[in-house]
Amino acid sequence: MQSDANKSQQATGRPVTTRKLDQLFLNLGDVAAFIGRFFQEVFVPPYEFKEIIRQCYEVGYRSLLLISTTGFITGMVFTNQSRPSLSEFGATSWLPSLIAIAVVRALGPLVTALIAAGKVGSSIGAEIGSMNVTEQIDAMEVSGTNPFKFLVVSRVLATSFTIPLLTMYTVFVALIGAFLNVNVNEQTSFTSYIQEVFGAITYLDIFSSVIKSIVFGFTIGMVGCYKGYHSSKGTEGVGKAANSSVVTAMFLVFIEELLSLQIVSAIRGS
Amino acid sequence: MSEKKNEPVIVIKGLKKSFGSLHVLRGVDLEVNKGENVVVLGRSGTGKSVLIKIMVGLLKPDAGKVIILGEDVETLHGKELDAFRQKVGFSFQSSALYDSMSIRENLEFPLVRNVRNLSRAEIDKAVKKALDDVGLSQTIDQMPAELSGGQRKRIGIARTLILKPEIMLYDEPTAGLDPITSVEINNLINDVQERLGATSIIITHDLTCAKTTGDRIAMLLDGKFARVGTFDEVFADKDERIQQFYDYKFVD
Repeated sequence: MQSDANKSQQATGRPVTTRKLDQLFLNLGDVAAFIGRFFQEVFVPPYEFKEIIRQCYEVGYRSLLLISTTGFITGMVFTNQSRPSLSEFGATSWLPSLIAIAVVRALGPLVTALIAAGKVGSSIGAEIGSMNVTEQIDAMEVSGTNPFKFLVVSRVLATSFTIPLLTMYTVFVALIGAFLNVNVNEQTSFTSYIQEVFGAITYLDIFSSVIKSIVFGFTIGMVGCYKGYHSSKGTEGVGKAANSSVVTAMFLVFIEELLSLQIVSAIRGS
Repeated sequence: MSEKKNEPVIVIKGLKKSFGSLHVLRGVDLEVNKGENVVVLGRSGTGKSVLIKIMVGLLKPDAGKVIILGEDVETLHGKELDAFRQKVGFSFQSSALYDSMSIRENLEFPLVRNVRNLSRAEIDKAVKKALDDVGLSQTIDQMPAELSGGQRKRIGIARTLILKPEIMLYDEPTAGLDPITSVEINNLINDVQERLGATSIIITHDLTCAKTTGDRIAMLLDGKFARVGTFDEVFADKDERIQQFYDYKFVD
């Protein structure tokens, strides 16, 4: 009995792996061209300021409640789970500095990016996908308006700008959650908690965290727009665009987290 | 019907377009004179929509030329293409209203981006006039989802008319509409021709729409215009494929 791969190879005269590799490189080429077009268009007038501001509001507003809840719980739970290990060495007084480092360097940006990927990335993918399916993008184009600038540039700028702000907010809320926990358990005062927190984090931590969040925001916006813009026709295509926007953005966020860890560690070590 | 000036503003020569092994257009030739309404008739999937999408540069032809208002569409890019598109209105089959915007914002969208330095009052006046022209001024603050199919279609046409195009392309203007609303759309197409003096290409398979709006009919068969002429001339043809179309669709 012939395998599917063999049948496919016979049909096209080329091995399946070669075709898949070709497709992968074609897709990568498309992505590179899409990102390249963004940088080409972003500096050229006219600028869609109104739409950028509307998108910033949408991105922030859509994620705020969820981020407040998850940030607060993250701070509280992380503090609770870290306590037993530190208390074995009688070092629970280190909790604020441990939490500060973990939240500022990794948890804040990561939690915000994952929430935004789910909430904002899927929404961008679905919205642009649905506009593509219902010919709204074509309608913009034939009315002499650049749909890439109106839809893609404005959304990517909005996510790149708003997600770092949301990250700062997540860090703040997580630190409040952690404070409530240490205040109840260790009776740490707010003043000494704040002193411990700011004593532990450095400018490099804050700077790298902000840069990382901008990259996360850019990735989430770009992936959502790309998937929506290239969605196949039909309602199924819209669903796929929304779904793969989330999956791809989350995957890339983790890869970027890993890369940034290596880069910041190298800077810190030098 | 009014006498048309014998001055071709749309010239299509040897136009070919394929999608993989599917050869949709196989050498289309057509000339449309200024102020004329030409209806393109044909079965679904024969490339009617592809033809008008090539005409506004949404699709690239494999071969042949499309010259509209003296410009070769394929050679236009960037700002030149945007400027050209302002002169050509395109009414989509699905209406393609922007779902996230109100009717007012939908109509303002092409206007504020293509006509510079308009005051708020001028924009409001233009929007109001465009809505009055299609008889839907009461919908100005509604969202597209709140409108019926016929209303969406008329708003879609109003949105293209706001830039006062010289050429109008209608993709299935009466598809999915009840007969009464279809008559309203047909009247609107004729009204656009008379008031703006616009040259129109109407893609349809609705023979009532074709007979009411078309100065000439072009019948697309097997990727080419098999017959071009008045409604009566085209359907006087004994070609079985044309007669099948007529017998099945036209209710006298």
